[in-house]
Amino acid sequence: MLALFYLFAAISVISALIVVSARKPVNSVIALVVCFLSIAGHYVLLNAQFLAMVHVIVYTGAIMVLFLFVIMLLNLNKATEPMKSLGMRVAAITGGALLFITLAAAIRQGVHIESANPFDAGVGLVRTVGHVLFTEFLLPFEVSSVLFLSAIVGVVMLAKKEKHQPEAPVEPLTEAERARRTA
Amino acid sequence: MTNDLLAALVPALPLVGAIILASLRRKLSANVAGGLATAMIAGAFVCSILLFQGFDAATGGRTVKLLDWISIGSMEIPLALRIDALSLTMMLIVTGIGSLIHLYSIGYMHDDERAPTFFAQLNLFSFAMLMLVMGSNFLITFIGWEGVGLCSYLLIGFWYKTPEYNYAARKAFVMNRIGDVGMVLAMVLLFQRFGTLEYATIMNVASGVNDPLMIAATLFLFIGATGKSAQLPLFTWLPDAMAGPTPVSALIHAATMVTAGIFLIVRSSVLFELAPFTQDIILWIGTATALLAASIGLFQNDIKKVLAYSTVSQLGYMFVALGLGSYSAAMFHVTTHAFFKALLFLGAGSVIHALGGEQDIRKMGGLKGHIKITFITFFIGTIAISGLPLMSGFFSKDLIMAFAFQRSPVLFALLLIGALMTTFYMFRLLFLVFYGKYRGNAHPHESPLTMTIPLMVLAVLSVVGGLLNLPHLFGGHEAMKHFLATAADGIRFEHLELSHATEWILMGITTMLVCVMIYIAYGRFAQKATLEGNEADMPFFKRLIAQRWRFDELYRALFEKPYGWLSTNLFSIAEQKVMVPIMNGVGEAAISLGNVVRKVQTGNASFHLLAMLVGLIAFLIITLMSN
Amino acid sequence: MEEGIITAIRVVPLDHYVLLSFLLFSIGAAGVVFRRNTIIILMCIEMMFNSVNLLLAAFSAHHSDPRAQVFVFFIMLVAAAEVTVGLSILVMMKRNVDSVDVNQLNRLKG
Repeated sequence: MLALFYLFAAISVISALIVVSARKPVNSVIALVVCFLSIAGHYVLLNAQFLAMVHVIVYTGAIMVLFLFVIMLLNLNKATEPMKSLGMRVAAITGGALLFITLAAAIRQGVHIESANPFDAGVGLVRTVGHVLFTEFLLPFEVSSVLFLSAIVGVVMLAKKEKHQPEAPVEPLTEAERARRTA
Repeated sequence: MTNDLLAALVPALPLVGAIILASLRRKLSANVAGGLATAMIAGAFVCSILLFQGFDAATGGRTVKLLDWISIGSMEIPLALRIDALSLTMMLIVTGIGSLIHLYSIGYMHDDERAPTFFAQLNLFSFAMLMLVMGSNFLITFIGWEGVGLCSYLLIGFWYKTPEYNYAARKAFVMNRIGDVGMVLAMVLLFQRFGTLEYATIMNVASGVNDPLMIAATLFLFIGATGKSAQLPLFTWLPDAMAGPTPVSALIHAATMVTAGIFLIVRSSVLFELAPFTQDIILWIGTATALLAASIGLFQNDIKKVLAYSTVSQLGYMFVALGLGSYSAAMFHVTTHAFFKALLFLGAGSVIHALGGEQDIRKMGGLKGHIKITFITFFIGTIAISGLPLMSGFFSKDLIMAFAFQRSPVLFALLLIGALMTTFYMFRLLFLVFYGKYRGNAHPHESPLTMTIPLMVLAVLSVVGGLLNLPHLFGGHEAMKHFLATAADGIRFEHLELSHATEWILMGITTMLVCVMIYIAYGRFAQKATLEGNEADMPFFKRLIAQRWRFDELYRALFEKPYGWLSTNLFSIAEQKVMVPIMNGVGEAAISLGNVVRKVQTGNASFHLLAMLVGLIAFLIITLMSN
Repeated sequence: MEEGIITAIRVVPLDHYVLLSFLLFSIGAAGVVFRRNTIIILMCIEMMFNSVNLLLAAFSAHHSDPRAQVFVFFIMLVAAAEVTVGLSILVMMKRNVDSVDVNQLNRLKG
């Protein structure tokens, strides 16, 4: 079982690295899909069946497809992305490493759980999670529909083709205005 | 229970009227508004009469508690009304004379476009004045006290388009505030000493208390009274207050509001009895005011100004009575003065109305043939204030003078001089306005009935008002004095101990001299119409008096000039040289700091993302370190 | 199978999950700064979301508390909404400045 965990862990870390380093965006997306699938494997190992399913459906099935569509529609799959400056790249790698070291240092003595509940492998079953979701968290669940509604409205607003208004010709700044802005 | 309702209705009716009129002031016509306002105040008058009839003097009075108002810890200040002889007297004066003046205003203001506003303010004034006299504790009285001050300000500045009128309104307001500070301080002292502001409780507890606090508290109360009742040194606002419409001058600045100070002192008479020092001060301030104001009245040329100074002078007499401890005499004079001074002001208003707004007596004359009713009533008012025998003013003023003689003949002599001056300037006014030849160029016409009816009623009252307190000398038994004596908080009375012979002699002297004054005035003004010339041509002393003893100039030099100097210097030094650089420096520092710091905001999204990451790491490290 | 899963929860120590999720989170964070392509940056953000989800799920299983999994569910909801909005902004960006280079977004200058 531990071996299975290491396998999934290795897949997810490697694919995550590919996401960051791939030149072509499509390769990044595919790597991310792999990464998400391995995370779904972790969910299965944790007996979080509900999450595993939702994860595959929502992330791999919907979100990543959305990414692919955008790349396809906007024709973004050219590896023409200019690299960032060297300093920025070094800063990014150092920052990431530092973050990991810091976080890891926080748990260097290990994580010990003294659970208040008796061990129950069934917490991740659809029945259990569904029960909690529709009793204790009913209101947030319903309210999240409002979030979706606003997201829909926002997306429609953003993606709607604007009526192409000819932009007002930019008038040259007057001397006084220029002085005011520079001051 | 019915009586409680009646008591609540008395102030409530004018308040309701004021609210209705204020909210509908753009919709109502002048006559409807006037009718409504008059009906409200007349209703209050009827309620007052009913209360008066149902009032049993033997019980001393009672308190009608409407509701709890302030209740904090041991402090209990209810919204309560006091019904006793004193407040009933004042209620009858306020509502009775108020009704007549409201009625008169219908005629006087009928072509003013803001008439509904005027009536709303007049009704509001009536409400405030009624609260003042009916309050069962100092705080309720103070509400009314401030309310009448506000209404006075509004009504003086009613014709706000003239800048001088606004100035007069502000002057009245500021001077009243000086007095109000005294009143507030007095309330604080009394509350600290007695733990309550109820009149009845304080007066009961206070008897027998003898400490310096009484002197302080009564002095502060007296300062409040000088502000409201226009005594030295705060009297200069009242003549300027004549800027308001004439009915306002009659109601507020002659008959009711200015007597609030006297009412307040009578209400707290027990305290004043415990502070003889304050009484002496009241006595001398009153005397000085009476003489000074009367002397100024001699040379005024504005018909309303003459009456205004006469009011100040008469108020001085009332304060003399208070200083002598003869409270009933003061209240008696308040009552008769309300009758004849309201009459005189309304008569003056009628004259002004007849002449289309002219107020300068040098441009009047010979009006007795044109406006008969006004002339006759004005004549009655004049002889009443001059104290010709058997008129109301005769009884009330002679009572005060008799008390003065009992104290000291010098005081009597001073007051006599004041009375003679009063006679002289009043008859000067009468003769210059109504006798001789007409010197103006308007076409005088008699006023409408709404204006002449109040004049006639007030004329009758001015004649028979003396019967209210007819002295033993004339077969009466001083009804008002005995009535007022029943007021629960015990108004004390100094008994007049002069022999009848002395009284007769005093009256005789007074009457004789008054007649001599009238004769002189007749010679100077009715036959020849001697007019005052230019102030510059007068001899020094006369000019000084004609310029009102230069009180305004004195105050200007004493207060306005130093204040202006201080403000100018504070502006040029403290503000311009100190505050402005500091403030500008703070601003400039912020700007230059911002100029440095804003360079961090490169606007580059990756840079911000990196900064976020660095921030996150730093935050985590700090959290870990602190554990 | 059921037995195997249950032992898996017991056999794999919680530390492993925590470290894995930290690693994924750090890679995501580094990627956000490393890349200039906005779409990749969005993907890195998704990855960071998922590392947190994984952490929550692991703790939930070891705590035997289903509420954490409900939270994961809510995070997924928010992430879905976020992705749609983010991608539409991306579309707008492409349309307006004809580039998805994050360095083009430099109008925030103060």
